[in-house]
Amino acid sequence: MADSKSYNDGVVRQFAIMTVVWGIVGMAVGVLIAAQLLWPALNFDVPWLSFGRIRPLHTNAVIFAFGGSALIGTSMYVVQRTCHVRLFAGPLASFTFWGWQLVILLAAITLPLGLTQGKEYAELIWPIDLLITVVWVAYGIVYFGTIATRRVKHIYVANWFYAAFIITVALLHIVNSLAIPVGLLQSYSIYAGVVDGMVQWWYGHNAVGFFLTAGFLGMMYYFVPKQAGRPVYSYRLSVVHFWALISIYMWAGPHHLHYTTLPDWAQSLGMVFSLLLLAPSWGGMINGIMTLSGAWHKLRTDPILKFMIVSLSFYGMSTFEGPMMSIKTVNALSHYTDWTIGHVHSGALGWVAMITMGCLYNLIPRLYGREQMYSVKLIDVHFWTSTIGVVLYIASMWIAGVMQGLMWRAVNNDGTLTYSFIESLQATYPYYAVRLLGGALFLVGTCIMAYNVWKTISTGERSALQPVAEPA
Amino acid sequence: MDAGTWRGVFTILMLLLFVAICIWTFSAKRTKDFEEASQLPLEDDDKPTVGR
Repeated sequence: MADSKSYNDGVVRQFAIMTVVWGIVGMAVGVLIAAQLLWPALNFDVPWLSFGRIRPLHTNAVIFAFGGSALIGTSMYVVQRTCHVRLFAGPLASFTFWGWQLVILLAAITLPLGLTQGKEYAELIWPIDLLITVVWVAYGIVYFGTIATRRVKHIYVANWFYAAFIITVALLHIVNSLAIPVGLLQSYSIYAGVVDGMVQWWYGHNAVGFFLTAGFLGMMYYFVPKQAGRPVYSYRLSVVHFWALISIYMWAGPHHLHYTTLPDWAQSLGMVFSLLLLAPSWGGMINGIMTLSGAWHKLRTDPILKFMIVSLSFYGMSTFEGPMMSIKTVNALSHYTDWTIGHVHSGALGWVAMITMGCLYNLIPRLYGREQMYSVKLIDVHFWTSTIGVVLYIASMWIAGVMQGLMWRAVNNDGTLTYSFIESLQATYPYYAVRLLGGALFLVGTCIMAYNVWKTISTGERSALQPVAEPA
Repeated sequence: MDAGTWRGVFTILMLLLFVAICIWTFSAKRTKDFEEASQLPLEDDDKPTVGR
């Protein structure tokens, strides 16, 4: 039945499994670098294990390998289900999978070797950048081809978010990576000075806005209603949410460059747009959480829903914190401190990873023809492990960050600095220990999920192909 | 029109576009369409398909 009458779930299974694998790898590297900050000897004097080289390995692995696999996989699942049609261009979908895995493999080789083009979250060297472009175009053809051949009138809102994610990431990647190669391994960006900085953080913040937000909101708009068994709270709100979010995110990047050589007006503009972002972000959060309105009792018995609703709560928290930190006077305290790291992980662990885990628990049994996950109890254990992990992580980084900011700005009566930098570092050690504990707990949770996924897949019979559902 | 004026006009155009999107979205004519669309995630067969 491998024809147009059944869904193409093979590629979704591949991406789903690799999401779990890369999640463990990326988070394990994160735990290692967290430990290095506490015990610097853990780089073993090996250049390949030095913090500066494996920190980008951590960020690339969790964002693009774990997050990317989750986004591409779920988008290919959601677009088939909501368009009532088999995935367009099956071979291209497989190419997207293998191409994306090759990109990740090349990243895992080049980054520890110290090969980088030096742009945060866009470190990969130009030959890999070209490969990413080809893979992304293939993905775009598969995705938009499926929408174009849909058998229903409407394009469900989740697909709008996924589509914005695909188009914008293509735009960001190409513009920010424009460079002149001077050899296989080295290139120079076509931008210079403050323009380079602005382009980089236009890219960087929209990577947050479209890779880590819009794409995962696409997941949220499909899987939360699915798991709750009821339609989204307000479809109208989701439409306004979409247009407001994508129009405003584009301009918030300058808040990464407060008090730099970027012109003041650009900094203030970035701050204003960041403040405005609170409205669509909270609109989306409320829409997701209120989908449970009238069915709150489900939270008591369904740990998958708990994952989803708590992830939305973290989304609300970090999208309140973000605009607040973009205010220049607040940023004067928070910039360059560990508060920023705490903020990022409140979004990345609390929102991105936890919504992904909720969706995987919904998806895996369906992909493999099981009634439910092998152990619902273990989902609950995972939920509490990761929730406690995130809370320890972000609370320690908040305290550490505010403390660092206050110590760095403290001056004596004669105008000299009260504290040397090393004193602020020493004061941070206990919080680095708590952060390590929180991160390790989160990693343990992910391993529990991996075990549960393994048992779900390996016990029981092979699943049949799922027929394409008739449009209602 | 100098660049500053054009930017001001452009900002107003964007504001009007947003208002237009809101009016379009909240128009009563759209109720049925949105109800249909919001059912899309719930339409396909929820049950796993072992043995089919």
